[in-house]
Amino acid sequence: MKDINEIRADFPILGREVYGKPLVYFDNGATTQKPVSVIDAVNEVYTSYNANIHRGVHFLSDLASEAYENARETVRSFINAGRREEVVFTSGTTGSINGIAFSFGEHYVKPGDEIIISHLEHHANIVPWQMLCERKRAVLKVIPVDENGDIQLEEYYRMLSPKTRLVSVAQVSNTLGTILPLGDIISAAHAMDIPVLVDGAQGIQHGYVDVNSMDCDFYVFSGHKIYGPTGIGVLYGREKWLNELPPFQGGGDMVDQVTFEKTTYNELPFKFEAGTTNYPAAIGLAAALDYVTQTGREDIVRREEQLLKYATTKLSEIEGLTIYGNSKNKIPTISFLLKDIHQYDTGMVLDKMGIAVRTGTHCAQPVMDRYGIDGTVRASLCFYNTNEEIDRLAEGLERVKKMFE
Amino acid sequence: MTINETQDKIIDEFSMFEDWMDKYNLLIDIGKDLTVIDPRYKVKDFLIEGCQSKVWLHPEYNGKIISFSADSDAIITRGIVALLIRVLSGHTPDEILSADLYFIDTIGLRQNLSPTRSNGLLSMVRQIKLYAMAYSAVNK
Repeated sequence: MKDINEIRADFPILGREVYGKPLVYFDNGATTQKPVSVIDAVNEVYTSYNANIHRGVHFLSDLASEAYENARETVRSFINAGRREEVVFTSGTTGSINGIAFSFGEHYVKPGDEIIISHLEHHANIVPWQMLCERKRAVLKVIPVDENGDIQLEEYYRMLSPKTRLVSVAQVSNTLGTILPLGDIISAAHAMDIPVLVDGAQGIQHGYVDVNSMDCDFYVFSGHKIYGPTGIGVLYGREKWLNELPPFQGGGDMVDQVTFEKTTYNELPFKFEAGTTNYPAAIGLAAALDYVTQTGREDIVRREEQLLKYATTKLSEIEGLTIYGNSKNKIPTISFLLKDIHQYDTGMVLDKMGIAVRTGTHCAQPVMDRYGIDGTVRASLCFYNTNEEIDRLAEGLERVKKMFE
Repeated sequence: MTINETQDKIIDEFSMFEDWMDKYNLLIDIGKDLTVIDPRYKVKDFLIEGCQSKVWLHPEYNGKIISFSADSDAIITRGIVALLIRVLSGHTPDEILSADLYFIDTIGLRQNLSPTRSNGLLSMVRQIKLYAMAYSAVNK
């Protein structure tokens, strides 16, 4: 087991100062920092073997293609997908969801059909379905959440009907940190032959993801939220679905035969990877997943559970502080407000103390509406954060209170 | 006082402080002196888009000069809009349009007051200049 100093030394940026103070980075929900191994892997592509993949007959193209396909295998193994053909590289979670909303929608959704999402979703898992529903005159249904920030399963069970075409839910709420009961959600949908897409953007980096035992039909996530580069993401889909669905983009590499009369598509997964993909980032993502595996996923979860407990206790001690989202199942993401102090004021002052948090609606306005607020301060932690950093946040918040009282 | 004289005065006030916490405290105090907008103008028509916090800005034109009143639900933002109003309010549309707001850079507002993607300060400046442009057009 690595100790915390070793872990932090792996992430060069964590050693820097901002405004002359050591950085406290609590904005991991927005993006995570990168270990040296990821930075080196991307660097190596460009310094040693950069060439377009799957195209050239030459030496470098072979090397790049091989590294890219090895990256696919790393992802497959990390999420325990059955076959590497089920792993499609995309631009990110947003790209993956939009792709499925388009392909699935074109193929299966008719007027009057229903798509179910939850009230906890990020805009990326709301807007593509709204666009689909507008196109197809279908209906978007939303599973409500209770005061603690847990979804109301009974309401969900009532919503499922023969009209339901697809359920698309987050694994973890980006705003409240709630871990959704995927087992219950998926088994109820499957009992009625309804496929389920899981938005793993905030889930994959905080636990053990096994798409096989989870039994989802689609699982999507972004590289940059699991210590990998930006601009790369994954769409896992069961082979049966990926074979049936039409491609969501046309272009090079995704085709078999092209004539002006008719084009036939390449086999999986290339059918869904039109154009030159971000292969250096895919290779960087594989390095990130290797890093997580080497660090130990159980160890990461254990550290994060401890951080959540410590941070919740510490912040709860601050008079006038309200935490939004008190589910028993949470990742270390804490949304809160100080009484009578605007989240923006809090965030601006914390920033000057070297503490990076996010303020606002976190791309999840419906969650804010649920609580009747127009934003929160969000501290989103991960395994490289420390109790000392949480102490600095708590001290910072006391200072904020003094400034604005 | 001319626009530039007010800017120089503000630069002078801020130059006394090195630490950002002190600068914020000054902004908070400046916000308290803001001519607060009449509640009936705290509506969507006078809300400035592009700020993380809500900012309402109302112009009053007497045929010669524009007077601004404003408010914000965030206190630091109220201080920022108060600074802009102190510099620009009470001047003619043409003076406002041709104003070079160098104080923003000099006191470090531009780099330091927009840690989020919503740079409210620039939206406020743009809105004030839009009002000035509209009144200037009325005159011609």
